[in-house]
Amino acid sequence: MDRFRMIFQYFQSNSESVMNGICGLLALASVKMYTSFDFSCPCLPQYNMAYGLGIMFVPPIILFLCGLILNRQSLVMLEEWRRPPGHRKKDLAVIRYLCSSIMQRAMVAPVVWFIVTLLDGKCLICAFSGSMDPQKFVGFANVSTVQAQQLLAKVPCKDDELMRNNTSHKAVTRYLRCWSQALGWSILLILIIAAFLARWLRPCFNQATLLQARHWSNYIDIEQKIFEETCCEHSRLFAHKCILHFFESMRQEIKLHSFILPREGEGAEGGEDLLRGITDQDQVNKLLKTWYYEKPPLDVSQAHQR
Amino acid sequence: MDKFRMIFQFFQSNQESFMNGICGIMALASTQMYSAFDFNCPCLPHYNLAYGLGILLLPPFILFLLGFVLNNNISMLAEEWRRPQGQRGKDPAVLRYMFCSMAQRAMIAPAVWVSVTLLDGKCITCAFCTSVPVETLGNASHPRLSQGEIQRVLARIPCKEIYNGQQLIANEVAIRYLRCISQALGWCFVLLMTTLAFLVRSLRPCFSQAAFLKSRYWSHYIDIERKLFDETCAEHARSFAKVCIQQFFEGMSTDLVAARCHLPRKAPASAGEATEKLLGITDQGTMNMALKSWHRCKPPLHLHPPALPTGNGWAGEGQPPMHPSAPRKETAAYYSWV
Repeated sequence: MDRFRMIFQYFQSNSESVMNGICGLLALASVKMYTSFDFSCPCLPQYNMAYGLGIMFVPPIILFLCGLILNRQSLVMLEEWRRPPGHRKKDLAVIRYLCSSIMQRAMVAPVVWFIVTLLDGKCLICAFSGSMDPQKFVGFANVSTVQAQQLLAKVPCKDDELMRNNTSHKAVTRYLRCWSQALGWSILLILIIAAFLARWLRPCFNQATLLQARHWSNYIDIEQKIFEETCCEHSRLFAHKCILHFFESMRQEIKLHSFILPREGEGAEGGEDLLRGITDQDQVNKLLKTWYYEKPPLDVSQAHQR
Repeated sequence: MDKFRMIFQFFQSNQESFMNGICGIMALASTQMYSAFDFNCPCLPHYNLAYGLGILLLPPFILFLLGFVLNNNISMLAEEWRRPQGQRGKDPAVLRYMFCSMAQRAMIAPAVWVSVTLLDGKCITCAFCTSVPVETLGNASHPRLSQGEIQRVLARIPCKEIYNGQQLIANEVAIRYLRCISQALGWCFVLLMTTLAFLVRSLRPCFSQAAFLKSRYWSHYIDIERKLFDETCAEHARSFAKVCIQQFFEGMSTDLVAARCHLPRKAPASAGEATEKLLGITDQGTMNMALKSWHRCKPPLHLHPPALPTGNGWAGEGQPPMHPSAPRKETAAYYSWV
């Protein structure tokens, strides 16, 4: 029991740290995914915007869903939400607390992706190069509208033959990248200020309710873990009894059928106790065959009554 | 038994993490396999599609089967499925639970392969380069070629060094277009898989939570019961072998003493345990005979209580205290019965 106590104390103190660790790993994974992803803008008028915005918004949704899936507390929260009240009534404050803590952790990786994308700038350049006003840039000012669209769409592809000789594409790129980075830093600043305010101002409102909600959400988590551990322990003991019972009933059957009267207990060597009365090749074969063809019923109450 | 209990608890609590670990290793192995694989598009009209789609779809199928093979629980599932009913009923919910959890884990590595392939873009570029819309992306003013010629030219798009259709459609334009489509498909596939996983995981507590707890408990139980039974059989086999061999040596010793017709030398009382372990064989010739007999004529798989001092050859009294006297009384009855 001491060992279990130690394990549960570890879980209790570290449930938060395990969740924070997973959160951090996902954020790192999102940065790694961005750097290893081979961004190649299609440089075609209709496709640029879809591609650029798609790369900016679809992976954050994926990372958010991953954050929810990998978080153990989301299952705990759902079970608590959907369970029938029974003898224990439900506390909505606990469910709200769990929900908000899960959402906060799941939002970290998508925000990291979003910010890294904006600070890098490729997505925005790809998406909005076709929306630039050609009159503002010298190289695109004197061409027809359609051609201007085509040229602007090719700006993100520096190696394209049309772009190699055109110096205005650098101007467009710099302009868009500047906007992209400004947007990225602003969003980062706003989010950090919001997080700072939320953490500082929270004790000013409903601190007692918060403490209660946190305590009971921890409790639900630990209770579920202990229940699972107890079930494992129980199934192991159940299996042990069931097998012993099976060997015993085989020994009885063999005794009935073979008319041998073995001397029980007198001077039996320690090693023979483990033989449980099965001392013959045929007996062993019969035991194994019976184990497969007729597994014993899941009822060890008879073993106790003996 | 305590040691076994600790080991079983370790396996039980870590069964899930062990399976998740194998799952993660296979996912990493699939990305490594993809990067190590030398993709060579054939650049011929009809072969491109077959090659590209083959590389996209065949390795995931292999990885899926491998995921099942590497899972220890597959034999447990098969055994539970095929066993005769006997005295214990079968619960199809438990079988479904076991199959679903194995299938979910086996799906991860193939999904990773397909995502990596689509996000990289080489397969789709190779497979669909002949379907590029030349009218919108290429030069409309190019002199007309026959359909077959156009197909042959387009099929060479992935192979930049032999591409000769720069006037028809620029190589970079076509590759960028195809890669964009491929990456869009890849991200959509990943989004779809993640959404499915999320729905499966989050809808389960809303429906049939009690049935789920039951299935999970009994599937763990079947696993533990199987392991415990194997351990018990191993213990039994060990004891069986020990007693069988002990009886073999005693039998040899008895035979030799009977053959030589002289009294065994009494071992001094102080030799104790070491003498007991010699099992009555104390010289080279006897040992050689014992070994030869073990090889040529193994004893039957039938244990009997240890040998008694009967009239033939044993002095009976004054024996070294190797064998307890009480069980020996049965031997005469056994021999005569046999």
